[in-house]
Amino acid sequence: MNTIKKYLGLVWIALAVYSYSILLKTAIERMKLVPTTDTIIQWSIFAIIFLPIAIGFVMFGWMAFKGAYDHLPASSNEVED
Amino acid sequence: MQSTAEKKQIRKVIFASSVGTLIEWYDFYIFGSLAPIIASQFFPKTNPTAALLSTLATFAAGFIVRPFGALVFGRLGDMVGRKYTFLLTLILMGGSTFAIGLVPGYDSIGFAAPLIVLLLRLVQGLALGGEYGGAATYVAEHSPAERRGYYTSWIQTTATLGLLLSLGIILITRKSLAPNDADSIKAFEDWGWRIPFWFSVVLVGMSIYIRLKMHESPLFSKLKAEGKTSKNPIKESLMHKGNLKMVLLSLFGATMGQGVVWYTGQFYAQTFLETACKVDFEQTRTILIWAIIFATPLFIFFGNLSDKIGRKWIIMAGLFLAVISYRPIYTKMLAVASTKEVVLDESKTKIERVITPANGKDHSIQTTTTVRLYQNGITEKLVHKDTVYASGLEKPESIDKLSKELPDEGYWTMVVLIFVQIVFVTMVYGPIAAFLVEIFPTKIRYTSMSLPYHLGNGVFGGMTPFIAVLLGTLYAGDVLVGLWYPIAIAVVCLVIGTIYLSNKIDPEVND
Repeated sequence: MNTIKKYLGLVWIALAVYSYSILLKTAIERMKLVPTTDTIIQWSIFAIIFLPIAIGFVMFGWMAFKGAYDHLPASSNEVED
Repeated sequence: MQSTAEKKQIRKVIFASSVGTLIEWYDFYIFGSLAPIIASQFFPKTNPTAALLSTLATFAAGFIVRPFGALVFGRLGDMVGRKYTFLLTLILMGGSTFAIGLVPGYDSIGFAAPLIVLLLRLVQGLALGGEYGGAATYVAEHSPAERRGYYTSWIQTTATLGLLLSLGIILITRKSLAPNDADSIKAFEDWGWRIPFWFSVVLVGMSIYIRLKMHESPLFSKLKAEGKTSKNPIKESLMHKGNLKMVLLSLFGATMGQGVVWYTGQFYAQTFLETACKVDFEQTRTILIWAIIFATPLFIFFGNLSDKIGRKWIIMAGLFLAVISYRPIYTKMLAVASTKEVVLDESKTKIERVITPANGKDHSIQTTTTVRLYQNGITEKLVHKDTVYASGLEKPESIDKLSKELPDEGYWTMVVLIFVQIVFVTMVYGPIAAFLVEIFPTKIRYTSMSLPYHLGNGVFGGMTPFIAVLLGTLYAGDVLVGLWYPIAIAVVCLVIGTIYLSNKIDPEVND
């Protein structure tokens, strides 16, 4: 199971990068196609708020690849390390 | 085994926490439930779709700031205490909700109106971000280990009951402003929609009174007495690798999927009934009310069950069922409200024309109402408005509004279809407070559990109706295209949760 967790980490990194690039591409296309204030605001909101989420997903994938989830903490002392 | 006094004490804690949290959810959701009316009051009327999207964006803005509220108030809760922090969030929430009811419309103050509403909506979002984590933590820290899922599940009912209360107050207000329905609805759309916002002040006042009588959480008091409270909970939550990995796992393996299932079942379903199925305003809301009433006890059932079999598999089962059923459920909803290929009962078609002069203007409004009855029992009402000029020179402006009233069979089929979606909500949401509380240590619990909860619910979940409507405008040929967003998020969450999460119940949250 730990091997699956580890290599799926790479899948999460790829998924984060791919999803965010699709979002960004669509946002730019829509803003060019309909350059109204409404469109710009809506798509800018998406692009901005999903950026930290995508970064977090990359970090999650990287931690999984590095084996951080091979063992889940059983007590708070382990959590805080 | 708990003594009678302990049981009585925990019931008091649950009641005081739940009432306040329920009111905060009420405040937060009346905005969503009144989205179309708010769109017409605060945004330019030239383009109804733009106005609705702008409202949903304003609605979504409240969700987006929730994680920031979680950080700000979570930090306060971990440093000063649970009790005073969620007292403060309640005051902020009540004040901003009341103020939304006072803002003049776009016609009176122009773009200042949507700007003020947006600012107040942001305050609402911040307050809610601080509230929920505090209430869940407070109840969990009073609960015995073997009943944590059960007791915290009462807090989990509050979001749905807050939505129920908002729908109920809106319907009652809409019906009681004039002796006849038509005048009452008109008065509601003109100014009566403000009443549910003002009503919040009464509820918040009651809740503040109840909360002032509460004591601080025993676990937090102990930490404080020992001088072990965190000096910088945000830093400890996010900078310690061990904590950060659990924050990320909670978000991507549980709360992000839970968020989209919650908002699909209870908000997107409402938008879909009204905009895609064209079911009328009142039926849409009563359908949701019945489904919520029938499903709410299941929050307690699944919370209780999670104490026996663990939290993980109940949440994962809820995600799995949602993923495989959404498209069939929504296809059925469309079919129930469809009048395509249904024979029209021509003899019962009624057409009524009313001409109303527009005061002080050079035109009148001609309203043509056509009511058609189909053989499957659906009554369709088409209201067509034309601007009629005396000179006959200007181009007339026309607006069409179609709504359907379902017969009993169709109505109750819709109730069942929404009920099933809310059952999924109870599965993913009932055990999640206990699940999050058990993952993080006491001194940074408020901050750490609030963050993934509000990212999952606020960002992923809260954006569901908005993204789904937007997908519908991008791919106009497919009415069900909006469902791909919650389905995709729930699938990723299901895979991550199944593979990475543990089903173990933490016996000790006192650390």
